[in-house]
Amino acid sequence: MSEPDDGGRRAVGEKRWLWPSLAAPGVIWLVLLFLVPLYAVLAVAMGAPDPIFGGALPAWNPLAWDPSEFGTIFGEIFGGQLGVVFLRTLVYVAVATFLSLLIGYPVAYYVSRHAGRWRVPLLLLIIAPFWINYLMRMLAWVNLLSTDGYVNQVLMFVGILDAPREWLVGKHSTVILGLVYGYVPFLILPLFAALDRIDPRVIEAARDLGASPARAFFAVTLPLSSQGILAGCVIVMLPMFGDYYTATLLSGSPRTNMVGKLIEQDILSGAGSGRGAALTVVLMMFVGILMTYYLYSVARASRESRA
Amino acid sequence: MTVERREAKQDSPLAARFKSWWSNPWGKPRFLVLFTWAYILWSLVPVAIAVQFGFNAGRSRSAWQGFSLRWYFQDPNLSVLHDPSLRAALVQSLQLAALTMLIATPLGVALAIGLARWTGWGARPANFLMLFPLVTPEIVMGVALFLVFVHLFGFVRLGTMAQVLGHVTFTVSYVVIVVRGRLFSVGREYEEAAMDLGASRWQALRTVLLPMLAPAIWASLMVAFAISIDDFVISAFLMGDASSTTIPVKLYSAARLAPSPAINALASILLFASMLAIAMALVIIRRSRKKEGAGGSAVEDFAHLDL
Repeated sequence: MSEPDDGGRRAVGEKRWLWPSLAAPGVIWLVLLFLVPLYAVLAVAMGAPDPIFGGALPAWNPLAWDPSEFGTIFGEIFGGQLGVVFLRTLVYVAVATFLSLLIGYPVAYYVSRHAGRWRVPLLLLIIAPFWINYLMRMLAWVNLLSTDGYVNQVLMFVGILDAPREWLVGKHSTVILGLVYGYVPFLILPLFAALDRIDPRVIEAARDLGASPARAFFAVTLPLSSQGILAGCVIVMLPMFGDYYTATLLSGSPRTNMVGKLIEQDILSGAGSGRGAALTVVLMMFVGILMTYYLYSVARASRESRA
Repeated sequence: MTVERREAKQDSPLAARFKSWWSNPWGKPRFLVLFTWAYILWSLVPVAIAVQFGFNAGRSRSAWQGFSLRWYFQDPNLSVLHDPSLRAALVQSLQLAALTMLIATPLGVALAIGLARWTGWGARPANFLMLFPLVTPEIVMGVALFLVFVHLFGFVRLGTMAQVLGHVTFTVSYVVIVVRGRLFSVGREYEEAAMDLGASRWQALRTVLLPMLAPAIWASLMVAFAISIDDFVISAFLMGDASSTTIPVKLYSAARLAPSPAINALASILLFASMLAIAMALVIIRRSRKKEGAGGSAVEDFAHLDL
């Protein structure tokens, strides 16, 4: 229907260029301030150290690239201090994502299926942490977990602790708590969206055919929500891999440093920006699979909603 | 079967009643109800306590000494209003958010319309480019922008200008997502009708499509404001010197080193500002839905946006 129509209009000399030219400013902006900067990271990482100022001299020409920084970094990852930090980051992210899923799934499930008239108010409460600043939420825990804070007060009142515990000094458990607390809301929403899309009649059919509630859940609901689980995990893992502020605020010890912390130190100290840039590239490679998966799934979703 | 029944008989009447209340498959899922509310309390109460201590009359952040506005504006030296570094952070955050909102929204609206209607060869790569910032860990964008401003775009000084450019870069994609949802639900029929009646593409866009997009445009202004004011990583990497410290950056540096209820007050102001922006966005979406007699709720729309 619309094809010949469009062709007719083109024949009249209509402005075919209107749509691309509307997109142009945004596209140019993103090329200049997103793609070019990404290339700059590579150029600095492949550049030589500045002999005078000790900073980095970016190598803009790929022919002049010097990958020695990467050699150093990979050497330190396999059999050096850097390997510990990468492993720690990986463990933190894995544990925190798993715990987030454990907490987030029942909540998303309840709100999408059984909340009834509480559905909208509950959703509002679940969305609220999204718009509370992440650092504010960490600050809240800094207050609660401080030596004379509520957590120690309560634990001592109940009799679990005899003396206040230093929660905020280099404790892995505190950092993981912070990560879970910080990122759970981002996991719940995609889970909710996926669970909400499941036709309740499918589950009823499973029950009518004799499946127990547990069987219906594991054979029907869980597989049908697997896309949401995957998407949600990727959504929280991407920022977690780059996180450095949670550990700084809740522990402040090199014992709990994540990769992001090293990047922050290298880049902002100025002297090590070549190393910082190379670490950033390594981090990108690390999360590259996650990013590609997410990018394709978002692009597919947008094509589907367009069709 | 029989074993189970015998066991049930041996329960005391009270325990049996509790058991049937708890495990009745047709009743409400009690465990999920409790779990969900426990989660919501866990996610919001720490923040509420942090807000409360912003109103503390004393200096402590763990012992309540009565309500006061001392840390907001009464204290002549240490309140948010009178401490120059806190006030500067507040002003800087508001200024950045306002500028970002005003630049990112037109850029994003044009990009959204262009990408939704443009079907030429460049449309798909452009669409990917738009989605890319959404999946890139913020620290990567922060490092990339920092390096490009230092080494390539030397005319952009670190500080407010660099921060605005950075904020717009990652906010544009969110604006596109908000506006695009509305574009798809409006469809192209109205424009095509206008063009069949003799309007040019441009006229159809200006007099038919833009008014229909108005609620989404207003909502994306608010979303852009909230996202910008919420940002920490990009602001921190691009700040240059202390004069362009934003509220989240201040929270990061002061939460542990200079704890004072004034920090809580500052964080609370940030909370109120972003909550206000998001509430306005919700109200706008809701009113436009009501006018069109659409079902569902604005909150659910928001939950499905996957921001």
